[in-house]
Amino acid sequence: MTTTRTVRDPAAAGTAATTARPARRGAAWWLPASAVVLVASVLVAVTVGPAALSVGDVAASVAGHLGLGPVLGLEPLGTLRDGMVWELRLPRVLTAAAVGGGLALCGVVMQSLTRNPLADPYLLGLSSGASLGAVLVLVAGVTALLPVAAFVGAVAALVAALALAGASGTITPTRTVLAGLAVSQLAAAATSFVIFWSATGDSYREILSWLMGSVAGATWTSVAITGVAVLVLGTLLASTGSVLDAFTFGDTAAATLGVPVARVRWLLLVGVALLTGALVSQSGSIGFVGLILPHAVRMLTGARHRLLLPLSALCGASFLIWADTLARTVFAPREVPVGIVTAAVGAPVFALLLWRGRRLA
Amino acid sequence: MTTTSLPTSLGTASAGGLDAARVTWAAGGRLILDGVDVTAPAGAVSGLLGPNGSGKSTLLRVLAAVQPPADGAARVAFDGADLLGLPRRRRARLLALVEQEASTDLPVTVLDAVLLGRIPHRSLLAGEGADDRAAARRALATVGLTDLADREVATLSGGERQRVHMARALAQEPALILLDEPTNHLDIAAQLGALRVLRTLAGQGVTVLAALHDLTLAAQHCDHVVLLSGGRVVAAGDVRDVLVPDVVDPVYGVRTDVLTHPRTGRPVLTFSPRD
Repeated sequence: MTTTRTVRDPAAAGTAATTARPARRGAAWWLPASAVVLVASVLVAVTVGPAALSVGDVAASVAGHLGLGPVLGLEPLGTLRDGMVWELRLPRVLTAAAVGGGLALCGVVMQSLTRNPLADPYLLGLSSGASLGAVLVLVAGVTALLPVAAFVGAVAALVAALALAGASGTITPTRTVLAGLAVSQLAAAATSFVIFWSATGDSYREILSWLMGSVAGATWTSVAITGVAVLVLGTLLASTGSVLDAFTFGDTAAATLGVPVARVRWLLLVGVALLTGALVSQSGSIGFVGLILPHAVRMLTGARHRLLLPLSALCGASFLIWADTLARTVFAPREVPVGIVTAAVGAPVFALLLWRGRRLA
Repeated sequence: MTTTSLPTSLGTASAGGLDAARVTWAAGGRLILDGVDVTAPAGAVSGLLGPNGSGKSTLLRVLAAVQPPADGAARVAFDGADLLGLPRRRRARLLALVEQEASTDLPVTVLDAVLLGRIPHRSLLAGEGADDRAAARRALATVGLTDLADREVATLSGGERQRVHMARALAQEPALILLDEPTNHLDIAAQLGALRVLRTLAGQGVTVLAALHDLTLAAQHCDHVVLLSGGRVVAAGDVRDVLVPDVVDPVYGVRTDVLTHPRTGRPVLTFSPRD
């Protein structure tokens, strides 16, 4: 039992000097700063593209539609340019913001609850399940049920992935991702099949926008659905900081800190599935936002959820706005699905996490 | 330190400290704990001993209400209160558990990890206040980690990490602290450091129950020991009464010689194979 080792672990002693980290100063500034970045991103991203709009034009259009134009003394925009801002670009940018913010939040919650650094709605199959649910009701013609069906699809996929991961022993991060892969591939294949079977026009394009994700067709209805979902569910999820903190050292530690572990886990995962369903019903399954944003923000601010949750949401919103702006401008006039851009950024990060987490297998 | 050399009392609630009776737990049809009675006096360090698989960890988890006991016969009392029946958050202010393996991949600092212990003391929507930070600082001082408060937990040595977990438990300001092998995988100096913290706590009136692997370490540092074997209590009481060859040999399947420590006068155990 006792060993003859008399020196304290020399490796650990060696790291003492190099990893001493200054106390995280300025934490209070992260939230206002990222909120400012988000507002600026919305205004600027709307101007990017053909037609040479300015931020002033965007402001004028928004003010006009809110009935503030005369009050602020802003000249109304021409009908064409106003339509471009108000009917096309602004709904698209705002939907991207809501989807990006919501997915990043979902990623934080899932990573904490499953103690799995690789957890996100896309990798665990929730997004694909939600896409399948959405496509099924669209084909059946009951558009009103779209968010509900997407939610059911997300829950079904989550339950299937976790059951599959836990079926043959303990749930490890890698196993969960493998199970999520199986579920999402199946759901994606089913989604493609349903569209092929039913679509009359350009089915490839439609399949692609569900599987890769796209906000190209966003309308004010999309803004309403994703925006309300993010404001209501997102606020609820973002207020769970202390509870998620309690899971830092695992379920037992959380239980001894007075957290009803099983109830909290199911409640929050259902919340995540609800939010994912609402987002995916408007955007298709956009990958990796929920994976990379939480990790990037943690590197800036540390792991405390009270800051991590709202900051991830704000940064996720700005991130997806710019990813979508790239998607529609880089190869203009060609437009690529935004999921290609997020995957181009996210897949290398995913690989890095896998490499760093070898021992998690 | 006063200890009882009698087997644990049944039914009569002790004046202070932990008093659990008839604790049973089963997994897959196999009894892991079979009607265990265990007491731990207040203001003393009690050791929970026994070979691998004797049920030490399971017992601690049931006492901490992390796992429910197998049947309703179990009774876990602390200072007369029914621990298993308390609301979670109130229990979390009374009782802390230091697990054997608790790790994280998250970049948490030592101070933040210790502040987790304040969660049961504040509203779940509120951030930590000045009194929470003060309690966390006190806990860090008790375990001697004040200088490492801003380090990341993942960069610490095993002994330092163990003390972080102790500090997190101390930040809960519990009256009862349960520890699962707090000296496991630690070098000698770190083992002594961990046990010194437990002695300090007991000196402040906290009830300490620690599962320990090393019988000699237990003999040096515990006031009271409970020896488990196959999910049953074999003996309980003062180390000098429990850690004797007649008791230890059949439990561990070895031959034990008990020497006397030249300075402390406490038992030192050595073992040889039983032929």
